[in-house]
Amino acid sequence: MEIINVGKDNFDKEVLNSEKKVLIDFNANWCGPCRMLRRILDEISTENNNVKIVSINIDNEEDLAREYGVMSIPCLVLVEKGQEIRRSVGLMPKEEVIKFIGE
Amino acid sequence: MYDLIIVGAGPAGLTAAIYARRANKSVLVLEAKTYGGQIINTLDIENYPVERHISGFDFADKLYNQAKDMGAIIKFEKVVEVKNGRLKKTIITSKNKYEAKAIILATGSENRKLGLSKEEDLIGKGISYCATCDGAFYKDRVVAVVGGGNTALEDALYLTDIAKKVYLIHRRDSFRGDEQTLNLLKKKNNITFIYNSNITKLISDDKLKGIEITNKDNKKEVLDIDGLFVAIGRLPENENFRKIIKLDEAGYIIAKEDCHTNKKGIFCAGDIRVKNVRQLVTATSDGAIAATEAVKYLNNLKDWNYVK
Repeated sequence: MEIINVGKDNFDKEVLNSEKKVLIDFNANWCGPCRMLRRILDEISTENNNVKIVSINIDNEEDLAREYGVMSIPCLVLVEKGQEIRRSVGLMPKEEVIKFIGE
Repeated sequence: MYDLIIVGAGPAGLTAAIYARRANKSVLVLEAKTYGGQIINTLDIENYPVERHISGFDFADKLYNQAKDMGAIIKFEKVVEVKNGRLKKTIITSKNKYEAKAIILATGSENRKLGLSKEEDLIGKGISYCATCDGAFYKDRVVAVVGGGNTALEDALYLTDIAKKVYLIHRRDSFRGDEQTLNLLKKKNNITFIYNSNITKLISDDKLKGIEITNKDNKKEVLDIDGLFVAIGRLPENENFRKIIKLDEAGYIIAKEDCHTNKKGIFCAGDIRVKNVRQLVTATSDGAIAATEAVKYLNNLKDWNYVK
């Protein structure tokens, strides 16, 4: 499943009310490690159907970034039934991202 | 059995892969994290010949694809141990065991940490090792930079334009960094210099709230801050081979410009080597030299006397 760009207009629908687990990728265009992580997330999104991966650009969506207390990017937040389960800051190798997402 | 295994897919390792492939040697590159090394943190490279501007990520991406297109095999596995046989070298990763006739170590370095309790937990929650990456989150907030070299001065200067207030904390009474940057910094009105002091405690709830600093007279003071930028240098990544390769006191591989280590058939390239200038262009040039030397070594292996 392709990675969806999320902003405040579709956040409730795509994240909070999602049936599936959601992996939020907080990122920015100027952030090199974010672009590297995006490569990995693109691969995972085609391989793993149990999770929905969404991208939030912190420059365009300052409110969402603040709401989630994002202070460093890349920042991955795993959300299930609208609730944050865990988060991770910084670039991770693919294997660790897969572990982070879990079953 | 590969002709050559390169440990590390940063600029040095990937350039070495290109050179070795051009000499038609079989090449395996092993990388623990992601390709590109620390250059991916650089927003804009302006000092690499030919390209006026290129982002670190684009540079890494192009180099990775170039090495791959030329036939290098690149695997993402963490090297656990390097074993040196007289002819056969063995590399053990978290998943596999590989054999090669020659090795190039191009593992680079990582950020040095303060070594304080809760430091790891607070990364991304007030502690950062990259001002240009995370500075924007501290608009109109109070931050501190710790360190005394160029990176610390440049980070502090960058942050004075974003943050409300910047403390620059250094354990000595003068800075090692560039005088010109220091002079620019001294002209800023939102910076406070704190000399002869170490950070001794991180104060936090779920985020960083402040730091305790202790000066050389053992006087303690607490600073309320929202962010701490750590710029106290880098640590060479040598843990997988330090038992067999000769290192200097700081942990860098002792090797001259020819990139030979103290073990025959094991070479090194990039930031991991003892050198004065650690730049993108010196990393790639090491890659070229190390690969050329490795190829020479491989071609001479046919002559048994060389390795005896």
